[in-house]
Order: sequence, then C-alpha cells, then structure tokens
Amino acid sequence: MKLERRRLLAAGIVTAAGVAFGAVALAQPKEKVIRVTARKWVFLPREIRLKKGVPVVLEFVTADVVMGFNAPDFNARADIIPGKVSRLRLVPDKTGTFVFLCDIFCGDGHEGMSGQIHVVA
Amino acid sequence: MRQSIDRRDFLKLAGLGGVVFASGLAGGAKFAGAAQDDFYFVQLSDTHWGFNGPVVNPDAGGTLPKAVAAVNSLDFQPDFVVFTGDLTHTTDDPKERRRRLAEFRDIVKDLKNKNVRFMPGEHDAALDNGQAWKEFFGASYYSFDHKGVHFVAIDNVSDPAARIGEQQLAWLKSDLAKQAADGRIVVFTHRPLFDLYPQWDWATRDGAQAIELLMPHKNVTVFYGHIHQEHHQMTGHIAHHSAKSLIFPLPAPGSQPKRAPILWDPAQPYKGLGFRGVDAEVQKAEYEITEYPVKKA
Repeated sequence: MKLERRRLLAAGIVTAAGVAFGAVALAQPKEKVIRVTARKWVFLPREIRLKKGVPVVLEFVTADVVMGFNAPDFNARADIIPGKVSRLRLVPDKTGTFVFLCDIFCGDGHEGMSGQIHVVA
Repeated sequence: MRQSIDRRDFLKLAGLGGVVFASGLAGGAKFAGAAQDDFYFVQLSDTHWGFNGPVVNPDAGGTLPKAVAAVNSLDFQPDFVVFTGDLTHTTDDPKERRRRLAEFRDIVKDLKNKNVRFMPGEHDAALDNGQAWKEFFGASYYSFDHKGVHFVAIDNVSDPAARIGEQQLAWLKSDLAKQAADGRIVVFTHRPLFDLYPQWDWATRDGAQAIELLMPHKNVTVFYGHIHQEHHQMTGHIAHHSAKSLIFPLPAPGSQPKRAPILWDPAQPYKGLGFRGVDAEVQKAEYEITEYPVKKA
C-alpha cells in the first residue's frame, strides 16, 4: 500500500488530486466574518444577526483591557486581548434572541456590557 | 445549646420562625462527631458601599449602618457574622477603592459581635486581583471550625474571569481531605458555584470542579451572595442558598431581558433588602434560615 502510494506521489497523481480538492474548497462560499469591537463598556455591534445553521466567524478586537465574549446559549466564549484578534466560529443551532456578555470583570461599567444575537431560520 | 433553644423558642413566639433546610443526606446515621452545641450565625451580603443611584437606593449611605444597628438589636447575638462579598461598589480608581473599603470596615466595627468573617466580591477584588481587599481583610480564602461545623470560604471573584483557579482548588482538595465523609461542611462564597444563570454572569467558570470536590461529603451547604435575592437550589445533595443584598434587589434569574436593579419603591422603602440568621442544628445537619429586614416595619 505504502509502495503504491509512493508511486502515485512520484507520478504527481495524489498531489494533483489534492490541488483539485483545494480548488473545490475554494469554490465554496467563504464563511462570513463579523468583526466585534469590545471597548469600555460596550460591544460594537451590540446586535448580531445570524441564520440558523450558517457558520460565521466572529472576530474580536479591543484597544482597552482584557475582556471576554460569552454566549452561554451556544456554549461559545473567547478572551478578547488588547493587540490581538480573537476568532470564534459559531454555527447557530437554534432560532431566537440570545444574550452575549463580557465575562471578564473589566471596570466600572462591566455589568452593562452585553448584547444580543438574533438567529433566524 | 441553651441560647440556641431559647432563640428558636423566641423566633416561634415572635412569628419569625425561618425555613429549615436539611443539607442533603442528613437524618440518616447519627453524626460521628463529638456532641456539639447548636448555634447561629448572621449572613450579610452585597452591601456595595460607595454605590450612588438615588432611584435605586436613595439611602445608599444609610442602609449599611441601619443593617449594623439591626444586627445589634437582635434579641440574641449570633456566634459570628459573615459578609459574603461585594462589601464595596466597584471603582476603577484604586485610591477610591481603598477609601470605600476603609469606610466599610469602620462602619462594621460598630457590630456588637466582634467575631466577623469577611469575603470579597468581584466589585471589591476583580480589578486588582484582590490586592486592596487583602490589605484590609487578609486572606480571601480560608477555613475554620466552629462547634462541629467546618466552614470553608471560597474566593471566586479575585480572578476577573470568575475562576477559583488551580491553586485554590488544590488547597480546597487538601482542606476537605481532612474532613470525615459525614462531617458538617458549610461553604461561604460570593458567586454561585453552579451555573445559575450564566447569561447574567451568575456562575463560576470552574465552579463545577469545586462541587466535584465537595460531592463525596454527605453534608454540605453553601451560602452565597452576588444575585441580590434569596434563591435555593440543590446540586445533587448539596444545598445552595443565596442571600439578599443590602443595597438593591435584582430580578429573578432570566425573568426579564436585562439584569437591572429593581427600583426603590417609596411606598415600601428597603423592600427586598435584608440579612439572615442561620440556626445550625449540627447533629441533624439542618440549617434554619430566618430573613430579617433592614428596618422593622
């Protein structure tokens, strides 16, 4: 089996197949990226609209202090660290309106730092 | 023993009898520990000294002194008093934080009972990992024994991410290892150790690990604060009881879209605020909770 695979590799057949697969992957629609900025003491945007079953990538940035994004209904959370971009892939599995909040105590206004995810069918 | 019985008789006569909660597996085999006196302690929580919001509490500067006076005027003094966190309201200014902590300390010095235990809340401790709080009140997690009950204070707030942390969990494991399986254990903490309502940050990120360590012990009861209202829940055989606040009440978990203070009702001042007495009946591992208002009606 190994020998056969080596022969194929030598012939460039597997490599070619890999490229073909990559091309297929590239042809698929890219996952939507939503950038969320966390700052004292608000998320921007505060409302995130998603479709059930459609994956998105949430990108978090902050220029302030360490904060957290937590959407407990989706068991999804990420640390948000100054100077870094944090990414969280989310595939909403239910419709409705759900809370997200900062779950790292970040100052005077921390307790009001929340938003909503609206998921439609 | 005598004082506790007298106090219970008094509570019944005064129509103040509390609700009795048995910690999980009580009522079975006789407690192997030495015969112990029953006793009672007082829990105060979430005083948020320094809070300013006239529509929420127009007597923010007077509520804590009134609560201290109310504890002092109890017909029987408790064995000890415990504050389960958020002694002060948060501030980004370290100097102001220390000023509030100092004022709080000076106000509660007026308690007749000098056996007072303190715990931090996230408002006191999360912005500096408990540094200022410790300057005033010492260790943020500890244990002590009182009349046959082992009390454990767990700090789930000095980490701004609401974690107890590996170091403290290791200490907890070692502390609990010294206790008999049927020992009477009472835990004080600020946040709920279980996921009460994470959507409002009413949880401890690694609280499940603490509960796992407590589970082998048959008689465990947890008293906590943070949610500014009474709440009673079991996780397995472990009972969890949250206390009222002494600054403003909060709505029931998930009862409205946002967690926001319940506004002051001029027709019913101090409504929803208060403190509690806990009568510990050690042999039965039962805890009778009596809620007291800030001001008598």
